Amino acid sequence: MNAGFLPLEHLPALQVVVPLLGAVLAALVRRGAIAWMITLAAAWSMPVIAFALLDQVLTSGTISYALGGWAPPVGIEYRIDQANAFMLVLVSIMAALVTTYSLRSVASEIAPERQGWYYSMFLLCLTGLLGMVITGDAFNIFVFMEVSSLATYVLIALGRDRRALISAYQYLVIGTIGATFYVIGVGLLFTMTGTLNLVDIAGRLETVENTRPVIAALGFIGVGIGLKLALFPLHLWLPNAYAFAPSAVTAFIASTATKVAVYLLLRFFFSVFGIPIAFGITQAAPMLLVLAVLGMLVPSLVAIFQTNVKRMLAYSSVAQIGYIMLGIALVSQTGLTGGISHLFNHAIIKGTLFLAIGCMVYSTGITRIEQMAGIGRTMPLTMGAFVVAGLGLIGIPGTAGFVSKWFLIMGAVEQGLWWLVAVIVFSSLLAVIYVGRIIEIAWFREPVATAAAPRKPPVEMLAVTWVLAAATIYFGLDTRITAGVAAQAAELLLAGYR
Amino acid sequence: MTLIQDIIGQYNYWITIFLMVAGLYIVVAKSNMIKTLLGLAVFQTSVYLLYLSPGKIIGGTPPILDEKFQVYSNPLPHVLILTAIVVGVATLALGLALVVRVNEAYGTIEEDEIMDIVDREDHAE
Repeated sequence: MNAGFLPLEHLPALQVVVPLLGAVLAALVRRGAIAWMITLAAAWSMPVIAFALLDQVLTSGTISYALGGWAPPVGIEYRIDQANAFMLVLVSIMAALVTTYSLRSVASEIAPERQGWYYSMFLLCLTGLLGMVITGDAFNIFVFMEVSSLATYVLIALGRDRRALISAYQYLVIGTIGATFYVIGVGLLFTMTGTLNLVDIAGRLETVENTRPVIAALGFIGVGIGLKLALFPLHLWLPNAYAFAPSAVTAFIASTATKVAVYLLLRFFFSVFGIPIAFGITQAAPMLLVLAVLGMLVPSLVAIFQTNVKRMLAYSSVAQIGYIMLGIALVSQTGLTGGISHLFNHAIIKGTLFLAIGCMVYSTGITRIEQMAGIGRTMPLTMGAFVVAGLGLIGIPGTAGFVSKWFLIMGAVEQGLWWLVAVIVFSSLLAVIYVGRIIEIAWFREPVATAAAPRKPPVEMLAVTWVLAAATIYFGLDTRITAGVAAQAAELLLAGYR
Repeated sequence: MTLIQDIIGQYNYWITIFLMVAGLYIVVAKSNMIKTLLGLAVFQTSVYLLYLSPGKIIGGTPPILDEKFQVYSNPLPHVLILTAIVVGVATLALGLALVVRVNEAYGTIEEDEIMDIVDREDHAE
């Protein structure tokens, strides 16, 4: 073929452009159902592209795509390797599933005139998340970060409760501080190296690695991304944002937004700064380890005392971020494999839990835990999926959660950190308490006699929830995909860009 | 003596750092939501200076090729900051829009008062 347009060659750009155009279209049509169809088409094209890219990466190595034909490092480079191809697949699949789920859930929670905007914002958020993952340019990451964050603030503010507004405002303030910290860090790196291309920065840092601006840049970028990923104790925006956002939004951002931020942290610490700077000169590992351990314990304890089920799950999310950070802080092949596979598994598990709660909210409007008495008997399918994913969250053998915790424990044992094994087990026991509490109330208590019979949740909502619940079991039994790809990604990250 | 020279010689960075810290302080210290957002805007704006001032080379001209000039300033920071300004404007606009909605919902824009109401709602739940 001659100079014609080859779609296969331009897959990296399409991964970002398709949802962006979809967002504009959805905003133009305004009608909820039609906007949903546009979103559905855009969202399901994402996994197709992401799998094509993953396949290409696994067969022929890293893809470097010059955006707009401007050659890197001057132009913006989209760079896809094992680590971010894996993230693209995860974010794409979650987006496609949540979109399928969201038609009637959104219709029941958001006013008709706002539904078109909702879908527009959802696609913008997706654009930003995919863009952050795919791009190889530090400033481009900032732009996509703000695209996704601004869309997320709007999505959260669309929640029914008026507390959603104040949650969105607080997230806006904290999120902007995080993004600005990130951009300060990038500015310092730019001043020191004169380039914004991540690979290029990594190459040039060698000559200036022990200078104060570079160390300061590491600190600013670390704290900035730490705010975005809700690293304990920078997580204060998260519980209320998750609790009061519309159900579909909570499920989507809980399983993607913080995970993308973790990916960025991995990318900067391991690939750009590299282990010699991030874990050699600055000794970030012990500090991350302390924060990870506190993050695994304190939010788990807080989760036990929550009255709102969505907020309880949100605190549990902060605790799971602790596990992922633990994998990073171990700075070893096994630990990092555990961290990355936990990132993937937790996305699936927490997605299932929030989607199941979304079904319950659709059918009954309940969000308080004590009102859930006997709900397992009236809504067995919904709460069945909740139980399956809940077991995954605890880390019962045979579920996805067990696999990643196993790797983390192995990583800790490798370095002789036996106390860490105890911490992981103890934190899992706390998960037994807060998940068990829900299961006890939902299945073993008598339904409230005065409660009206719940309406049946729509079949597509249940189907999506069960697809993810089944994935929780599947990835617990067949570890080739998650652990295998995670191990490859870990290897690649540990090697760094240099 | 050299310390003073250092401070004066790098006054552009001192201004940047002052604005940065002042903006962040306003965000932390103020309860009024509009003041918080303005603090946030100051904080973001300080970063523009952080990018722009190292890009200027003393004696350098705008980067337009001409035989008479050999030293050019770096144009890239300006372009980056144009993008950052747009992001900043969007953030501020969205933040203010949220404050309008909060005012409609709660009848106040003092974060302390709203948090009291929120706490009550949490307990009543």
